[in-house]
Amino acid sequence: MNMMNEAAIEKAVDQKMNTVPYKMIGKDVSVYYGEKRALFDVNLNIRENTVTALIGPSGCGKSTFLRTLNRMNDTIDNCRVTGKITLDADDIYDPNIDVVELRARVGMVFQKPNPFPKSIYENVSYGPRIHGLARTRAEFDEIVASSLQKAGLWNEVKDRLHEPGTGLSGGQQQRLCIARAVAVSPEVILMDEPCSALDPIATAKVEELIHELRTNYTIVIVTHSMQQAARVSQRTAMFHLGNLVEENDTDKMFTNPDDQRTQDYIMGRFG
Amino acid sequence: MPSHIVSVYDEELKYLARRISEMGGLAEQMLGDSVRALINSDVALAQKVISDDVILDNAEREIGEKAIVTIAKRQPMAADLREIMGAIRIASDLERVGDLGKNTAKRVIAVATSGVPRQFARGLEHLTELTAAQLKEVLDVYASRSAEKANNIRQRDGEIDAIYTSLFRELLTYMMEDPRNITSCTHLLFCAKNIERIGDHATNIAETIYYMTTGAQIEGERPKDDTTATMRVSGE
Repeated sequence: MNMMNEAAIEKAVDQKMNTVPYKMIGKDVSVYYGEKRALFDVNLNIRENTVTALIGPSGCGKSTFLRTLNRMNDTIDNCRVTGKITLDADDIYDPNIDVVELRARVGMVFQKPNPFPKSIYENVSYGPRIHGLARTRAEFDEIVASSLQKAGLWNEVKDRLHEPGTGLSGGQQQRLCIARAVAVSPEVILMDEPCSALDPIATAKVEELIHELRTNYTIVIVTHSMQQAARVSQRTAMFHLGNLVEENDTDKMFTNPDDQRTQDYIMGRFG
Repeated sequence: MPSHIVSVYDEELKYLARRISEMGGLAEQMLGDSVRALINSDVALAQKVISDDVILDNAEREIGEKAIVTIAKRQPMAADLREIMGAIRIASDLERVGDLGKNTAKRVIAVATSGVPRQFARGLEHLTELTAAQLKEVLDVYASRSAEKANNIRQRDGEIDAIYTSLFRELLTYMMEDPRNITSCTHLLFCAKNIERIGDHATNIAETIYYMTTGAQIEGERPKDDTTATMRVSGE
């Protein structure tokens, strides 16, 4: 009965997908690495409380686009971004915007788990500390516990919070990184191939987590696994040679995509 | 459509398609043989149809198993997934066609003693010709994957229904004329129904091919001209 309700709710949510408001709007986004243009006038909007998967062959620009969403490309010397990206009403490339604050609102999880060489507790409390989100020990304890719970790691680490984060297994480290991203109460979480270094069980745990996080966060995920994109996302965007080829409901994308290039790519055919 | 990067995958899909074509060929033959056996009271031919059915049953099972393995190994997407699901469905329709041919063949002995009225035999042959043509054409469309032709075939199922309805009426008349006809006419009624059902399976296959090719369900209702469900004998 419960499961049926859940399925019914999910279906209703999916049907309402087209009316879900946009959390981020990317308009005519182009990215240049020096002379080389990596993205060509991409218009892609990210819906709120939705998992959007970015797929496409290597070098298609999907990670580049992901990194424009919290200005991670700023860290690359000769990288130039044109066009406009907004988070709610804020232009994130506005010179007056505080990039550190932006990255607190738009968090990121990377391909390889990269915990700080510190304790599990320190890994999670670091963000709230530099952003001044907590003051007392009790407040930090509360944030660490709730973040680890949201990341589905609490039961596994609650008795060893002061052991090094690097001592955890790969899958646990990745969930620790998700806890770290969640700790600063972001609105959007970007994930760049978060499961490519994980075994199937750890992958399933992260996927389950993505499903749960969707209720409170907007998620954008880059993945090379089509099956993963199909499993975790509600919307899918296909990139090819720096262009956005197609953006569609995930169910449609993997059963009957509109674009021939999407079709060939997801079916593993020569394009 | 371009080939798969993994060429064995293409071979697996081709294998499924080839097995479907083989099933289709045998199903067509069983339809023709069963009606010929009926009209000519050819018990030996009927026996052959009955034993051929096992081949179709096994083929359906084999296609199902191969399809499952391919799904598990390749995790097919989009048109590939529809192709495999389509193969499973079509194999099941063709297996049913075989069952219906076999059922007609089983009735040959019961009908043989009284024979088939000549005029009725002509009608039955006509129904069979149309159904066999429908089945043959749908199998050709399976090979060519033309959504447009699949749709055309579906539109023609109404003709088969109309002939079946007239045969139904004819049999009722025979039975009213002489109650001694009831046994053979009842068997013939089932035979006509079997053939009409084969037409429905051909239509199912056309719909499956349309879905495989386009990813969309065919629009609109099937044309229907089978009014036997509400038919009554006049004068009652």
